[in-house]
Amino acid sequence: MLILECPYCGVKAEETELSPGGEAHLVRYGAGSSDEDYEAYMFARKNPKGVHFERWRHAHGCGKWFLAARCTATLEVFGTYPAQSKEPPADLVAAIKAKRPGWEGWK
Amino acid sequence: MKRYSVFAIAREALRYHQGWERAWASPEPKASYDVIIIGAGGHGLATAYYLGKNFGITNVAVIEKGWLGGGNTGRNTTIIRSNYLQDPSAAIYEKARSLYERLSQDLNYNVMFSPRGVIMLAQTHHEVRGYQRTAHANALQGVTTEWIGPAKVKELVPIINIEGPRYPVLGGLWQARGGTARHDAVAWGYARACSAMGMHIIQKCEVTGVRSEGGKVTGVETTKGFIGTKKLGIVVAGHSGQVAEMAGFRLPIEAVALQALVSEPIKPCMDVVVMANTVHGYMSQSDKGEMVIGGGTDGFNNFTQRGSFHHIEETLRALVETFPMISRLKMLRQWGGIVDMTGDRSPIISKTPLGNCFIDCGWGTGGFKAIPGSGWAMAELMAKGEPGPLAAEFGLDRFREGRFIDESVAAGVAH
Repeated sequence: MLILECPYCGVKAEETELSPGGEAHLVRYGAGSSDEDYEAYMFARKNPKGVHFERWRHAHGCGKWFLAARCTATLEVFGTYPAQSKEPPADLVAAIKAKRPGWEGWK
Repeated sequence: MKRYSVFAIAREALRYHQGWERAWASPEPKASYDVIIIGAGGHGLATAYYLGKNFGITNVAVIEKGWLGGGNTGRNTTIIRSNYLQDPSAAIYEKARSLYERLSQDLNYNVMFSPRGVIMLAQTHHEVRGYQRTAHANALQGVTTEWIGPAKVKELVPIINIEGPRYPVLGGLWQARGGTARHDAVAWGYARACSAMGMHIIQKCEVTGVRSEGGKVTGVETTKGFIGTKKLGIVVAGHSGQVAEMAGFRLPIEAVALQALVSEPIKPCMDVVVMANTVHGYMSQSDKGEMVIGGGTDGFNNFTQRGSFHHIEETLRALVETFPMISRLKMLRQWGGIVDMTGDRSPIISKTPLGNCFIDCGWGTGGFKAIPGSGWAMAELMAKGEPGPLAAEFGLDRFREGRFIDESVAAGVAH
């Protein structure tokens, strides 16, 4: 069972308490952007087999959105952090790098 | 290839079944081919088969990382139907369904197609309106479906509880010519027919890279070395994104786990397929007597071929409410497959940014039923270099141009 710790209320929430929200750190493109950028923003996804950064909502808890780093190949959870982050915290990235030496980085 | 027939059975019965030959050959790869298909699942093998049958292209290799039909082809719930709302979907799924009708004769291999009928239950007023609309759309598309009332549902499925406390059955969309087939046999039958045409099916050979020159594909790096090709077809379902990345482009696809399970075998009790999309579960009975059950996908990316336990619980809760007699059935096996979901829940059969490289993917949770139609359309695309009428609407460019084939709205869930 997938368990993520909500960075706001500190609850170790299990899967049924949470709603998945897809890829994190998407750069938003709106009206006026090029077709390529808009299409990529809307549809193209990293969908990696390995380390992935995602949006989750503590839906049946505090209700807040947060971000999580997770491995899609093993279901290992590396950590969670607040939704206001523009990029994953450096210590989390370092911890993932230590566990997955071949990982190319979060970008 | 020796034909299977009643005479062959009689002949072999007289000589202790010593004369059956292997259904397909397992050759070592040649240095190059006219066409390489990555993925020996139903869709990949069907593509190869129709390349040979419809276009005479037989210098073909089908390369498979694992074993033949061991991915989603061996992991689905074998339902075949074509009652879709959108015209392009109805066209390709109906093509597939109609090919299934004669597939055993075509392939000389019994795929056990059983047109037992499929009911999609309407359990909310919204669904009633939705399925009546689909029935009208199907009438215009030439797909035979019918809106039926609760009494008719009960007549077709005596074990159903049409007066459930949460969601009483208000009617259903009935496709009498839908049904099921033996999923492994579909892959095996296509493989045998491809092998008989001289195509190479190369198992346990993983593609590790795609080589190109001047924007055109030249071959693939594999665990058995480099294999050259003039044209490449990527037909790998859950790992489409990974192979596309090797070919240098990104797809509008996310991979999620979809689960299914079967019960212990029981005596025949239900001779149609029932799908209940509001409560989210569907069920049919296999020839062995097992109840074959499917439900919803997980909402997060996952490549582990196993899903979340609470989805099984939700599915069974819904089905026990719909079919009270299954409440004491034991479940025998549960498994998961990795499905490739697109933004509009419709597949992609398309040219790609890499020249002479084509992709057939994005079948999501509904790939098995489409196998012959998908192979037919993909073979046409690969042979001619341009999509035919079946594939034309399923191009990758639809996401940029906003021409969605929005079955996620039309189908609600199970699809």
